[in-house]
Amino acid sequence: MNIANLRTLLMGDKQADRVVPPTGFTAQLTLFVSGAMGFLAVFALALSLASGRLADRWADELARSATLRINAPTDQRADQTKAALDILAQTPGVASARALSVEEQVALLTPWFGPDLPLDTLPIPQLIEVIAGEPGYDLAGLRLRLVAEVPGAVFDDHTRWREPLVDAANSLRRLALVSTLLIGGALAGMITLAANAALAANAQVIEVLRLVGARDRYIAGAFVRRFTMRALIGSAIGVGIGMGGVMLLPEASNEGGFLTGLGFQGLGWGVPLLLPLLSGVVAFFATWNAARRTLKELT
Amino acid sequence: MIELDNVGYSYGGGELLSNLSVRLTPGSFHFLTGPSGAGKTTLLKLCYGALHPTAGHVRAFETDMRQLDRDQTALLRRRIGVVHQDCRFLDHLTLTENVALPLLVSGRDLSSETDNLNELMQWVGLSGRADARPPELSGGERQRAALARAVIMSPDVVIADEPTGNVDWEMSQRLLQLLVELNRMGKTVLIATHDLSLIRAAKSQVQARVLRIANRQLQTAGADL
Repeated sequence: MNIANLRTLLMGDKQADRVVPPTGFTAQLTLFVSGAMGFLAVFALALSLASGRLADRWADELARSATLRINAPTDQRADQTKAALDILAQTPGVASARALSVEEQVALLTPWFGPDLPLDTLPIPQLIEVIAGEPGYDLAGLRLRLVAEVPGAVFDDHTRWREPLVDAANSLRRLALVSTLLIGGALAGMITLAANAALAANAQVIEVLRLVGARDRYIAGAFVRRFTMRALIGSAIGVGIGMGGVMLLPEASNEGGFLTGLGFQGLGWGVPLLLPLLSGVVAFFATWNAARRTLKELT
Repeated sequence: MIELDNVGYSYGGGELLSNLSVRLTPGSFHFLTGPSGAGKTTLLKLCYGALHPTAGHVRAFETDMRQLDRDQTALLRRRIGVVHQDCRFLDHLTLTENVALPLLVSGRDLSSETDNLNELMQWVGLSGRADARPPELSGGERQRAALARAVIMSPDVVIADEPTGNVDWEMSQRLLQLLVELNRMGKTVLIATHDLSLIRAAKSQVQARVLRIANRQLQTAGADL
C-alpha cells in the first residue's frame, strides 16, 4: 500500500462509504467495546503511572534515609545519642543527622498506641534520622565505628523493607502496563470479530461490487474506514468518561497513603489522550487484515 | 475480443462443458441458447472471469484470464458490462446509485457524470424512477436498470443472462431494441436466452449468430430458429 492509497483510505470517500450498507449490531458492538476498552485503559494507565511514581519516590526517599536506634539504658541514652551524633557528623557522605524529638516519636507511635501515649514511662529507644549525601557514606565502616563507640546503637538503612516495597510498586507498574497491552489486544480481537461478521454479512454486496469492477482495496477501504472511525469515536467517549472518573479520585495525601494519588499528574494527563488514536490504529490494522483475509476467501 | 479455446468446465465431479471453442469478434451479436441447466450461465461466467475453465483457455482482449490477479480481473470487468439474470442490485442504494455503481467503484466523481447518467436513465426509460429503491421496481424496470448499469462504463462487450426472463413480450422487445442499439454503436453483444421468439424477433433487426449448447458442446444453431 503506497502513501496515496493510505491517504485515500484515511481521508475517506463518502461515495464509497455509501456503497457498504450500515451494519447494525457490529456498529454498536465496535462502539461499545472501544468505549469500554478506552475506559479501562485509562485506569490501567493511571495505575501504571501512579505506581511508577510511587516506586521512584520510595526508592529515592528510602535510599537516602536511614535510622539509627539507640537501645541504651535510660541513664546512658543521652550520652550515647550525643556520641552517635558526633560520629555521624564526622562521617563523610552523611548530609545530616538529627535525633527525633519526643513529639515526633509520639507521632510515629500514635497509629499503634493511640494519642495518649506516656512515652516517658516506656523504654522507647531514641531514634536518629540519618540523611545520606551524594555520594553516600561507607556503610560498613560506619557500622564498625558505631559498634565500637556506641554499644546500644542499631543502624537500619531500610534495605530490608525498602526492596520488597519498591519491588511491589514496580510489579504493580508492570501489571498495569501488561493490562494496557491486553486491553489493546482484546480490542483488536473484538474488532476483528466484528469486522469479520460485517464482511460475512455483506458477502453478497462484495460479490456485486466485484462484478461491477471494484478492486479489493476499494471494498476493504470502505470497511476499514468505517471500523476505524467507530473505534476512534467509541474510544474517545470511553477515555473521556475514564478521565472524568480519574479526576474524581481523591488526590495524593499522607493520610490516604497508598490508595490516594492514583490519578495522573502534570504531563501524564496527556497520555490517555493518545488512547483513541491508538484504538484507531489497532482498528485500522485489525479490519485491514480481516478484510484482506475474507476477500481472499471469497474469491 | 473474447475467445474460448477448447474450454471445458467440470463441477462436483461432473463435466458441464467440454471442448468448447468460440470467438466473439468486435461488433458482433450472439445469442446463446439451450435447455435449462445446459450451462449457458456457466459459459457467460467464463467469458467475464467469474469462473475459470478446468480445461482450455479463455482470452479477453488478448489476455488469458487465468493469468489475471484479482485487481486485473476487476479492471477487465470494467470493459465487460454484464446484465445478470437476477439483476444483482444493492437494496440500500437508490436506482441511480445502483446504475452508477461501476462509476463509483472505479473512483469517478459522480457530480461530473450527472449529464451522462441522466441521459442513460432516459435511454432506458427510467428517468422518473431515479430515487426508487430496487425492491420498488417492476421486473421490466429492474432489467432495464441492470442494462443501464452494464453499459455505463461504455464497455466493449455487453453480456446479458436471460434479460427477458421475467418480463412480458412488450418489455422484452424494448430490451432487445436497446441491445440492438448498443450493437449498432459498435458493442459486442452476447445474450443467453431460452426464449426462441426473442431470437426470431432479433433476426429482422440485426445480423446475429446463434449458438446452442447441447450435450456439453457448442453448436451453431440452424435456420429452424
